[in-house]
Amino acid sequence: MSVDAATVRRIARLSRIALPEQDVPVMQDEINAILGFVEQLGEVNVEGVEPMTSVTPMALKMRDDVVTDGEKASKVIANAPQSEDHYFLVPKVVE
Amino acid sequence: MTDLTQLTLTEAREGLAGKQFTAVELAEAHLAAIEAARALNAYVLETPEQALAMAKAADSRLQRGEGGRLEGIPIGVKDLFATEGVRTTASSRILGNFVPTYESTVTSQLWRDGAVMLGKLNNDEFAMGSSNETSAFGPVVNPILPANWNAEKARAALAGDKKGLLVPGGSSGGSSAAVAAHLCLGATATDTGGSIRQPAAFTGTVGIKPTYGRCSRWGIVAFASSLDQAGPIAKTVRDCAALMTSMAGHDPKDSTSVDLPVPDFEAAVGRSVAGKTIGIPREYRVEGMPAEIEALWKKGADMLRAAGARIVDVSLPHTKYALPAYYIVAPAEASSNLARYDGVRYGLRVPGKDITDLYEQTRAQGFGREVKRRIMIGTYVLSAGYYDAYYLRAQKIRTLIKKDFEDVYASGVDAILTPATPSAAFGIAEMADADPVQMYLNDIFTVTVNMAGLPGLALPGGTDAAGLPLGLQLIGRPFDEETLFSLGSVIEEQAGRITAPRWW
Repeated sequence: MSVDAATVRRIARLSRIALPEQDVPVMQDEINAILGFVEQLGEVNVEGVEPMTSVTPMALKMRDDVVTDGEKASKVIANAPQSEDHYFLVPKVVE
Repeated sequence: MTDLTQLTLTEAREGLAGKQFTAVELAEAHLAAIEAARALNAYVLETPEQALAMAKAADSRLQRGEGGRLEGIPIGVKDLFATEGVRTTASSRILGNFVPTYESTVTSQLWRDGAVMLGKLNNDEFAMGSSNETSAFGPVVNPILPANWNAEKARAALAGDKKGLLVPGGSSGGSSAAVAAHLCLGATATDTGGSIRQPAAFTGTVGIKPTYGRCSRWGIVAFASSLDQAGPIAKTVRDCAALMTSMAGHDPKDSTSVDLPVPDFEAAVGRSVAGKTIGIPREYRVEGMPAEIEALWKKGADMLRAAGARIVDVSLPHTKYALPAYYIVAPAEASSNLARYDGVRYGLRVPGKDITDLYEQTRAQGFGREVKRRIMIGTYVLSAGYYDAYYLRAQKIRTLIKKDFEDVYASGVDAILTPATPSAAFGIAEMADADPVQMYLNDIFTVTVNMAGLPGLALPGGTDAAGLPLGLQLIGRPFDEETLFSLGSVIEEQAGRITAPRWW
């Protein structure tokens, strides 16, 4: 399988990465080189094989359902590029 | 006084215990060495004030006889570990001036045991790379001299475009270079597809990727969560074991960290390996493998045999599919993990005409090429209509890869011996025009281990004809790092250490 330029633009959009038109062909070539490389996986018979969900067989540990963290809004927004009164600021989303 | 930076971690610990020097003197020696080696670009942030304060505190604990297992030992920290109050970037522009308000579990355990932080180490951006050339801070120089180069030629290149000097491997290239150049006594690193073991092999140092779940991932910048593991790079097998004992352990904050007791890994160093069965997987004899790698591999087997181990041929039939499956699974997880870099909560923000434009411009300017490509591949293989063909199939193949190892271990094999990399270190900028798959092939021997969640130790096995270090890899059973340290010390004893003369 390989991707065309329109698909590259669509993937960039889904990835939320602005991709200038002049960069599309190079990205397309690189993605296709990788897709070409992974094509060999088609040779493997995976009939009846379970997909891996956990590499280490272990039961997920449960903890008590209690509040263990919080009340640190100042720390949470400490690295925000823009904030006000413990809120993150973004461009207007709803008119 | 002898140059304290030339000591191993173990020797330094003995020197501190014997009061031959203080932790402050040890830290000062390393800080001076770091300053004199800035051109190597191993450190992206030096923390001398912190180092001296920590060393002073270590000295008073040593004085009172309350020293921890790493009391006063100066180490470097890969810039993927969140360090409270100290800038952490993953060597990406998108994290910018991110200063964590928390400490990663692994580093907090090192500080608990008395280690001293010298600074943050360079790496490939978000740990995506095999040469440290994708870092936003630029490449790191391997302190090992290129074949037939003298110090003068190397100094000239270092002052210029650095071309021809060797890469230190990646993604933990700052860690491996700093250890090899004596800019720390050990370093933290992370390994998703080979990022501890390949840099160790390229610099003649020792590195271990522990079993998945052995070290907490909490506070480490995530790349591919089902594959990422932290581990140490150090000068010797014993030094590695000492660091690992401190770094490992269950952490309630990481649900994938395993609640198992942490052995004293140092106790395994020097333990007899007589009667151990070592597997040699035939599928690792890849086409076009240099004769020198083949010879190194045979030499490694001979060394283990000489120590009383039994060498048997084994088969891991799905080996060749590990790398292509990795290049689906890892980008898929990365595309999800890196969705958090949105220009809103932390790091770089590039203004846009609306919120979507802000995301797109921020991510376009903040991420480097390799990272963008991997996010896009990951987005594609997870997108509607392609999920089953790519991602689901890759996860099934991952099950088969793991089963290969399980079958071999069930047949009585204790560990597996392979080369660590398909070649010695290559030159800076040498791979610039190669297609991405050529660079990915660096991880062909290491990536299977991440896919199966197993522990893997890389250590020097010898050199090629030009004198460049070549690494061997030992792969263990899950949570049996101890056998790897025992076997590794046998190889180290016979192969010796590789040290770079100081030319910079």
